[in-house]
Amino acid sequence: MSDLTSLTLKAALDGLNDKSFSSVEITQAHVEAVEAARALNAYVLETPDKAIEMAKASDARRASGNAGPLDGAPLGIKDLFCTKGVRSTAGSKIIGEFVPTYESTVTSNLWRDGAVMLGKLNLDEFAMGSSNETSAWGPVVNPWRAQGGNTKLTPGGSSGGSAAAVAAQLCLGATATDTGGSIRQPASFTGTVGIKPTYGRCSRWGIVAFASSLDQAGPMARTVEDTAILLTSMAGHDPKDSTSLPVETPDFASFVGKSVKGLRIGVPKEYRVDNMPAEIDALWEQGIAWLKDAGCEIVEVSLPHTKYALPAYYIVAPAEASSNLARYDGMRYGLRVEGANLTDTYEKSRAEGFGAEVKRRILIGTYVLSAGYYDAYYVKALKVRRRIADDFDQAFEKVDALLTPTAPSAAFGLGDRSDDPVAMYLNDIFTVTVNLAGLPGMSIPAGLDASGLPLGLQLIGRALDEGTLFSLGGALEKAANFQAKPAKWW
Amino acid sequence: MAIDAATVRKVARLARIAEPEEKLEGLAKELNGIMAWIEQLNEVDTDGVEPMASAVHVPLPMRDDVVTDGGDPEVVLSNSPKRAGNFYVVPKVVE
Repeated sequence: MSDLTSLTLKAALDGLNDKSFSSVEITQAHVEAVEAARALNAYVLETPDKAIEMAKASDARRASGNAGPLDGAPLGIKDLFCTKGVRSTAGSKIIGEFVPTYESTVTSNLWRDGAVMLGKLNLDEFAMGSSNETSAWGPVVNPWRAQGGNTKLTPGGSSGGSAAAVAAQLCLGATATDTGGSIRQPASFTGTVGIKPTYGRCSRWGIVAFASSLDQAGPMARTVEDTAILLTSMAGHDPKDSTSLPVETPDFASFVGKSVKGLRIGVPKEYRVDNMPAEIDALWEQGIAWLKDAGCEIVEVSLPHTKYALPAYYIVAPAEASSNLARYDGMRYGLRVEGANLTDTYEKSRAEGFGAEVKRRILIGTYVLSAGYYDAYYVKALKVRRRIADDFDQAFEKVDALLTPTAPSAAFGLGDRSDDPVAMYLNDIFTVTVNLAGLPGMSIPAGLDASGLPLGLQLIGRALDEGTLFSLGGALEKAANFQAKPAKWW
Repeated sequence: MAIDAATVRKVARLARIAEPEEKLEGLAKELNGIMAWIEQLNEVDTDGVEPMASAVHVPLPMRDDVVTDGGDPEVVLSNSPKRAGNFYVVPKVVE
């Protein structure tokens, strides 16, 4: 049954529909694939019994003619989403045994539409990282290896478990989240498709918070169409999240395959950064040529404040994180380390429960929000954020979407960049601007580098214009015809 | 403005994270490296620019002030590190 794991989500749904196989069969095939792939460390919790139970219920629904749009499709869930009765840890020891008594809105929407949960996927602790190495459960290993090498590579982060599971065919698709690039950079590193929708498209309710004004959920899958199908189910207005947008969710899959003729595509000159590998520059040129061939008009645009996006992000995100993570005090849930008094208990619990990168960001956030520094750092960063958003507004007066590389490199070795925080932060140089402005961004696998590792291209759209991204993503996917798969070594 | 060990001690206290004395110097060095990189924001002219705290342009919605959930202490307390009956047990805060 192993061939059932190689299907796209769309093909699997078609197969379930025409009764070529049952949900129990395709779920069982995935359960076995997950068990056989523990060397990747993609899942931090496997839920095979729940998966089979959900699959049986799905088959019963289908038999009675009540199948939903995702009915019977086995998915992986990033462990940042709270799942009722199923341990949800955010990759942290401080809530390492937390069992939510409620279900996140996004996962509720998936179960409403009939999806099956295979388990919870590894991630950087509280989604803070670009290599999955900050996870309390240890790093995920990228299923891809450089040609002729056996060095363990990062799948990227923070949604490294989602990316690796999708690439290694351990689920038909996965949920992920993106605060500075955490869907798109791992998609680029693993040859998968990922989209961060417009801020407010997906409810944040029940997703463990990192930086609330930037966090947004989105899907990862092996094709553009599959991510469109998933996002259609995940998105929607939710009164429980006050920043959830009161807008209709279109059928995103209907945009895939539409002509992109006449669309104007912006190429931001500021994204040609120093030290960018020639291969990535060449792939970008190739992407431009593909869209030209598809009838798009290419326009050079300027986003002059691009280089300030990452430093602004590293004030805004830690400031919000330091506030959000203040809740982990060991009193009502989570790890408690008893101390001499209340303050000592707080300090010991948090010192023991948080990992080094999370502590580093809480300290930065606390520092930039502290008396005397608030205006100089935090307010300054919010003003720069406005400049960055204005840059996009001006560009979108002239173009319909932007095309850029997704990440400045291919997947790197585990451990290679963990000594230098700033070098690690630079992974998000092309993705973080989109979070600051609240725009949708998508990564599409477009080619391989000289050592055979996948590289992605990023499309950036206007707010709430994911439809255009799905059309353009479909056009790029068709032109790139990316068929490479990681050779199975696990 | 350089961050020294004393600043890290103060910030760690504000953040309620116990950092051992021997780690303060190293942390100060790390944070200084990050903050020095962040200093480039000062190159941006932001005179008269409105700070942007949110990417959502619609006003926050009002909702009815009514009870929508609750009444189940078992659910609320199910993850508590320490409990007695229907109460959380916390360290003594009043002498």
